[in-house]
Amino acid sequence: MTATNLVEVKQLKKHFAIGGRSMNPFKKDVVRAVDGVDLVIKEGSTLGLVGESGCGKTTLGRCILRLIEPESGEIFFDSCDIIQLDKKSMRRLRKNMQIVFQDPFSSLDPRMKVGAIISQAFNVFGVPGGGNKKDRVSWLLESVGLEADSVNRFPHEFSGGQRQRIAIARALALNPQFIVADEPVSALDVSVRAQILNLMNELKNSFRLTYLYISHDLSTVKFISDRVAVMYLGKVLETGPVKMVFEKPKHPYTETLIAAVPIPNPALRFNRKAVKGEPPSPISPPSGCRFHPRCPRKTDVCSELEPRVIEVEPGHQVCCHLFTT
Amino acid sequence: MTSKSLISVERLQVHFSTTRGLLRAVNNVSFEVNRGEAYGIVGESGSGKSVTALSILRILPPTSRIGFGEILFNGRNLLSLSDKEMRAIRGREISMIFQDPQSSFDPIFTISNQIGEAVSIHRKLVTKERDKHITMLLRSVGIPEPEIRKNHYPHQFSGGMKQRAMSAMALSNSPELIIADEPTTSLDVTIQAQIIELFRNLIKELGVSILLITHDMGLIAELCDSVSVMYAGYIVETADVYSLFRNPRHPYTRALIDSIPRLDLDKDKLVSIPGRVPDPLNIPHFCVFQPRCNFSTDICLGGMPELLQVREGTKVACYRAQRGDL
Repeated sequence: MTATNLVEVKQLKKHFAIGGRSMNPFKKDVVRAVDGVDLVIKEGSTLGLVGESGCGKTTLGRCILRLIEPESGEIFFDSCDIIQLDKKSMRRLRKNMQIVFQDPFSSLDPRMKVGAIISQAFNVFGVPGGGNKKDRVSWLLESVGLEADSVNRFPHEFSGGQRQRIAIARALALNPQFIVADEPVSALDVSVRAQILNLMNELKNSFRLTYLYISHDLSTVKFISDRVAVMYLGKVLETGPVKMVFEKPKHPYTETLIAAVPIPNPALRFNRKAVKGEPPSPISPPSGCRFHPRCPRKTDVCSELEPRVIEVEPGHQVCCHLFTT
Repeated sequence: MTSKSLISVERLQVHFSTTRGLLRAVNNVSFEVNRGEAYGIVGESGSGKSVTALSILRILPPTSRIGFGEILFNGRNLLSLSDKEMRAIRGREISMIFQDPQSSFDPIFTISNQIGEAVSIHRKLVTKERDKHITMLLRSVGIPEPEIRKNHYPHQFSGGMKQRAMSAMALSNSPELIIADEPTTSLDVTIQAQIIELFRNLIKELGVSILLITHDMGLIAELCDSVSVMYAGYIVETADVYSLFRNPRHPYTRALIDSIPRLDLDKDKLVSIPGRVPDPLNIPHFCVFQPRCNFSTDICLGGMPELLQVREGTKVACYRAQRGDL
């Protein structure tokens, strides 16, 4: 099966200007949150976007939905360059793309009943397939594992996991093709996390969804994704099928990231070498390869030249000088 | 209480009076931490793990009441000490590292100022010596250029560096026990790995004991020697870390371990625990895990089971595991 590319991102950049004393706009400091990213998400697959805090993964996710306007670059959704679209055509496209946020406590309006939260989108776009609002809402609630009589209750009456189910039901309301899930389980307890991850997998099949799953937690990314992209300081350093990347990581950063995750098996405990230092500031990223100040395998060229993206095996790309010949 | 044991908590009960009724946060909790040991208490939010930690230092909010129980530290019952005696122990014999290093430092004082305060409460040192001591502490927790860094303010430190500075403060009076409540939750994984390494070195080089409070089974497996699993205010299982992960006996421990996505294993589906944690104001009077347990039978409705030994080093509060059914 050769699936088509649902989302394709080319050389996407988003810079944020931040304070600074100078009035001259050319002298303002700039945070290079997303700095030249290429990504492809195949229809019906899940791309896991993983990286440490401040690497730009959330900004990238929001740019893809045009919730944030990118600086430059192209974003194709279903072969249509959405950056060129005017407001009206963009709005029409929005029902095909949705987002689930990290914190289910602040992403649901405390003054709205669950039924109103979920059916709000119908006021703009109507009920998909024409049908009755009420039926659609109770059917959505059932598909995410909540009782249909939850419609008349308020968000505060639900636990964190149940609230995240409500947020997912809201995202599903208009039968979208694509959902950006930004750390959807980070705020939840361990036992509830498993419920939500399993639910997301089931819904992916029944609603034929494509996910961009953004997380700092490598274990959940490995569980839910088909492909994974590793981000560091605004750049994607490695992309590939989950199995390849986690079993044989190529980029030294991916290696250190995987080695840093505590494994729940004390027999595997060993004194591994933790990577030294901390991520540098995205205001003045290091020259050459951005990871070189922390890299255990750096050479002279790393600080001078920015590495190109190289395909090391089919579908597995790495951005590192170790693989340039 | 054996001679190796540093602190032993016995039948601790902590309740809170709230406007909605009595909240039974910690019930009948007993465990023992040995010298030079890393002891883990693992549980989900609301399981009572943090309240247990806070009651050791007696820094619970005023709405709480320690119903009964004993906390024997070096043979003295902390719960019967006067406030003054307790102050001499806090920060000197037992110190604490909190979850959020961001809010644990005062933004308007330098790091050296704040660590210095912790030192001078317990020891009279001349300024010069105190400064030397602070530099030495910061160096021992791996802060580069401590002579310069100590005069910086908290906002000039990154999250990981702040957590190191917190550890330096906790170590400032060479305590015997450090209580660390979710010390790495707000940190990135690569920084978390550095902090774990730091804790390991502290145990090895200084012989301190660490009581680690966390929700992360991975962290327990990396650092701890012994573990207690808490659920809804009760300890449901206590074991050495190897037995706990190799052969968990309580159904909750098993489900908890099976529900984590793993980097070292491939899983198609995660085991999920149905339902949710009981309302803390309304904890069942039978086994607290019974409503969510796949193995429950009629005997599980006969009161909360005691924590009993089922094999060398393993205690479990489950009727069926105690009978050898599980």
